[in-house]
Amino acid sequence: MQHDDVVWAIINKTHCSHKVTTKTQQFCRNEYNLTGLCSRSSCPLANSKYATIREENGIIYLYMKTAERVMFPAKQWEKVKLSRNFEKAIYQINENLLYWPAFIKAKCKQRFVKITQYLIRMRKLKLRRVKELVPIQRKIERRERRREEKALVAARIDNAIEKQLLDRLKKGTYNDIYNFPQMAFDAALKAEEVSSESESEKSDEEDVEREMEPELEKELERNIEQVDEFVEADSDMESDAESDSGRKENANVGSDFESETSDIEDMPVKLPIAKKPRVEIEYETEPVATVSRKKIKQ
Amino acid sequence: MARGKDKKKRKLEKKQEGDDVPKKVPHTLESLREKDETMLANTEAEEQEEAQKDMELDELSSYFENSYEPKVLITYSDNPHAKTRVFGKELSRMIPNSLSRYRQRSSVKRIVQSAIREQMTDVIIVNENQKQPNGFLLIHLPSGPTAHFRLSSCKITKELNKDHKEITTHRPEVILNNFSTRLGLTVGRMLGALFHYEPEFRGRRAVTFHNQRDYIFFRHHRYEFTPDGRRAKLRELGPRFTLKLISLQQGTFDSKRGDYEWIIAGRRHQMETSRRRFFL
Repeated sequence: MQHDDVVWAIINKTHCSHKVTTKTQQFCRNEYNLTGLCSRSSCPLANSKYATIREENGIIYLYMKTAERVMFPAKQWEKVKLSRNFEKAIYQINENLLYWPAFIKAKCKQRFVKITQYLIRMRKLKLRRVKELVPIQRKIERRERRREEKALVAARIDNAIEKQLLDRLKKGTYNDIYNFPQMAFDAALKAEEVSSESESEKSDEEDVEREMEPELEKELERNIEQVDEFVEADSDMESDAESDSGRKENANVGSDFESETSDIEDMPVKLPIAKKPRVEIEYETEPVATVSRKKIKQ
Repeated sequence: MARGKDKKKRKLEKKQEGDDVPKKVPHTLESLREKDETMLANTEAEEQEEAQKDMELDELSSYFENSYEPKVLITYSDNPHAKTRVFGKELSRMIPNSLSRYRQRSSVKRIVQSAIREQMTDVIIVNENQKQPNGFLLIHLPSGPTAHFRLSSCKITKELNKDHKEITTHRPEVILNNFSTRLGLTVGRMLGALFHYEPEFRGRRAVTFHNQRDYIFFRHHRYEFTPDGRRAKLRELGPRFTLKLISLQQGTFDSKRGDYEWIIAGRRHQMETSRRRFFL
């Protein structure tokens, strides 16, 4: 009842639903095919004695069919579960296919090796981390970018930082590092203004003559000690205020900063002197200028 | 025409009224912000105390007790491009006691495990997309929380025409601005906990996380007080970037069974009920 040659002649010459023809080769899509090629020796339909290896849910089976069982398609294939142990499984294949053609034996072993390898790879991939690709919605992205720009403008970050830093300075976070007699001086001034007006006037005068009279400065220093915790109450302070050793340190470190005054010592002296003459000059020139304009108009 | 006339009228009225009338303050998103129940400024004294106590008990409290020195690991997504790498290096230069390492294909969970073994206190993972850094995952160790941020408008020092060598090794001081709600405070504390608790003020480096409308702007400055102590001059050192919170998770990173404290869910309308509602 075996017509292997007839079957093959039909499959080869006419139509087979498992056959895939490409330009160079012919492949077979039958799931029992051992090699995947359409050839006389590896055709599962045209060979009544045939064996193959298949994997079902991670378990590898050896499938065999013989000429005696061809009449019962349901019982056609004998299925042998192969061991997980590689060498044992090879031994099983050898045992079951003892007097079988060498082609089938060799191809079965090859296929078994291939399947075990892809199973190992699958397990590895499952255990490895899983990357998730998240789509970025263009519209949302655009909206967020726009809002970010607006928030940045509303934030006025530099001002906020500066405010925060000055707050810290006032709170005395940087206790010993900075030493601003000027600030303490202003604080003292305010305190005096509250107590009486006449006194405040005096202190204004002192402001101008501050650098000239070290004695007055000493007085102020005492006031400061009472008013503000900011400045350390040291006896060295008085000499320091003149030499400015403490302040200079701050000015030197950051050469990159755009500093308005290269030497801090100059600041308090320069300002009041520079202002007064300017004001005077304006008073002198203004009437002259107006007169001259009138003259031109007339 | 009519409008123009009105304007003139209004101007005249203003002049007549003089300076006594208080200046009108324009409405902004900030001033119109919807009130959040967890905002500390809004709540009563009792609740504030409760929140304080809550904060004293959370995972980050040990940092604020100054009981340890932060040690930060900075890593990237696989195969980071130049900008992301430079960004990470600059982060590691800026954050004291931190190191940047390539990821070498390991999973976040394994990174976390090994970082705990190495006694790291925080892990930062910078993700990139199209050669631009775009994600910022911050994991506090050993027991969380984990914050995932969207990272945008990232500028490294070179793009700001600055030199990374300007960043000194002094420990910077941290400025956390505008973190007002309970969630915002947690995020702010997390970001603050990257830096050493005791800054070196002599270095005059300030690191700022400024929250505005849920965007956290990062800036890095060196400052100098003017001689009279009334102003502070700032010089930016870089890098600069913007963060936006995507999710906050309890415990360390776990994308499958993690317990999210807060997450942006849905596309638009589920989370974003109002444009004036802010979460941080």
